[in-house]
Amino acid sequence: MRPRLAAGLALSLMAATARAEGGLRPYAVVGDAIPASLTGAPGDPARGRAIVADRTRGLCLLCHAGPFPEERFQGDLAPNLAGVGARRSPGALRLRLVDGRVLNPDTIMPSYYSLEGLARVGRAWRDRPILDAAEIEDVVAFLGTLRDAGTDAKP
Amino acid sequence: MPHPAPAVFAALLLAASAAGAGEIAPADRRSGFDQMGAETRAIQRDDTANPGMLAVADGAELWARPPAAGAPACADCHGADGTGLRGVAARYPAWDARSDRPIDLQDRIRQCRRDRQGAVPPAYESPDLLALTAFVALQSRGEPIRPPADPRLDRGRAEGRALFAGRMGQLGLSCAICHDDNWGRRLGAAAIPQGHPTGYPLYRLEWQGLGSLQRRLRNCMTGMRAEPFAYGSPEFVALELYLAARAAPLPVETPAVRP
Ligand code: HEC
Ligand code: HEC
Ligand code: HEC
Repeated sequence: MRPRLAAGLALSLMAATARAEGGLRPYAVVGDAIPASLTGAPGDPARGRAIVADRTRGLCLLCHAGPFPEERFQGDLAPNLAGVGARRSPGALRLRLVDGRVLNPDTIMPSYYSLEGLARVGRAWRDRPILDAAEIEDVVAFLGTLRDAGTDAKP
Repeated sequence: MPHPAPAVFAALLLAASAAGAGEIAPADRRSGFDQMGAETRAIQRDDTANPGMLAVADGAELWARPPAAGAPACADCHGADGTGLRGVAARYPAWDARSDRPIDLQDRIRQCRRDRQGAVPPAYESPDLLALTAFVALQSRGEPIRPPADPRLDRGRAEGRALFAGRMGQLGLSCAICHDDNWGRRLGAAAIPQGHPTGYPLYRLEWQGLGSLQRRLRNCMTGMRAEPFAYGSPEFVALELYLAARAAPLPVETPAVRP
């Protein structure tokens, strides 16, 4: 895809700009990735899987399908998550989750660790990101285990 | 690359034009009815099975009954059987000269209750207001939605369109992302409809009851983790104006049934 490529170039130009906002941990974007863990520690893939599959926490399966044979209804608004850990580095997965708008300004995927540019947030959800830093790391760790687009996708 | 800056501009332009399928052309407009399972469609089609018809029957009773001794009934001014209001629901929201603002059908009914009958207007989502609105809207069933060409409505319609297109809530979604760009796809278990207001008030299986269009919109806003607009707010009337324009000429279906 041409636009993405060019946008990727633009990204590497502003590489390594540190970003931090209201109470959230600072992080550095390098190229198309956030290489360092937000917490300084690796996440837990089992907890990450539970978050991804939970429609009220991760919400991922509203849009994505993935290797979750026990989940009957999965979305088709987004690429299948099977094999995504082989396609993307942990740092790229982290940036995609934290604020995918850096990669694609028109993305419909929520920015899970950002308070920037939001309007009319419901009272119950105000002033906090969708997932906290430890949860982001858990999800990154889980996505990293999805290595095989073929077998991952089969129940 | 020697000239990164122009490349970035080109990329942004390309991305902007590629993003979103845009507004749905009149010929491509489809009611949410078309995406429902056969069983739910059968319930809506059969007036003896459609739970919304119970509310219509309650509405017919309220229509004929004076709110207090000596006060006129709706029927005294508008005719015994309601057919005098045929076509009205298909052209609401409309401009209200008395309050100098756009008004939707349920607020119109509340206004008559207050100003013409001297009674307390029924609360939003109360069984009485839903029943009266369903009864009045049923008179337009099958009529194509025909928003008035009144230029005084243009501003509200434009505001509604901006609300529809704007991102809101913790998830940063817009109505248009789901209902213009991704209708027909699956959001988890739910098929995303084009999001037309053709059937309201309607019986929603998830509610186990009748609800207004504003209740439906509040559900979608809560799903976006946005702060829902208040019942009767100008924002909702603006959204309703735009929704009617983007639904025309689909027919009124009240009382519809939805999952
Ligand atoms: C509202 C819909 C939506 C939700 C909810 C959502 N995503 Fe996405 N996601 C997308 C879309 C659309 C893309 C495709 C890239 C783009 O358009 O920016 C994407 C892309 C991705 C990618 C990159 C895929 C690839 O093949 O490169 C990953 C990884 C991802 N999402 C993970 C997640 C996870 C994990 C969650 C839940 C924590 C999630 N997404 C929630 C819509 C969504
Ligand atoms: C005393 C007479 C009177 C009574 C009683 C009355 N109305 Fe009305 N209604 C009117 C008049 C007059 C208008 C139109 C003029 C106006 O108010 O702008 C109107 C307008 C309406 C309209 C809008 C029609 C249009 O063409 O836009 C609706 C809908 C309506 N009434 C419903 C009701 C309902 C439902 C009731 C009972 C709850 C009711 N009315 C009771 C006199 C009455
Ligand atoms: C994340 C996707 C999504 C967003 C964002 C969204 N909706 Fe919806 N909407 C849905 C789904 C899914 C349904 C159908 C629900 C069902 O059948 O369970 C629906 C139903 C509707 C309906 C009812 C259609 C009918 O046939 O009765 C209307 C009207 C509507 N939405 C309007 C809106 C408006 C206005 C907004 C913005 C304030 C909005 N929606 C935001 C997904 C969304």
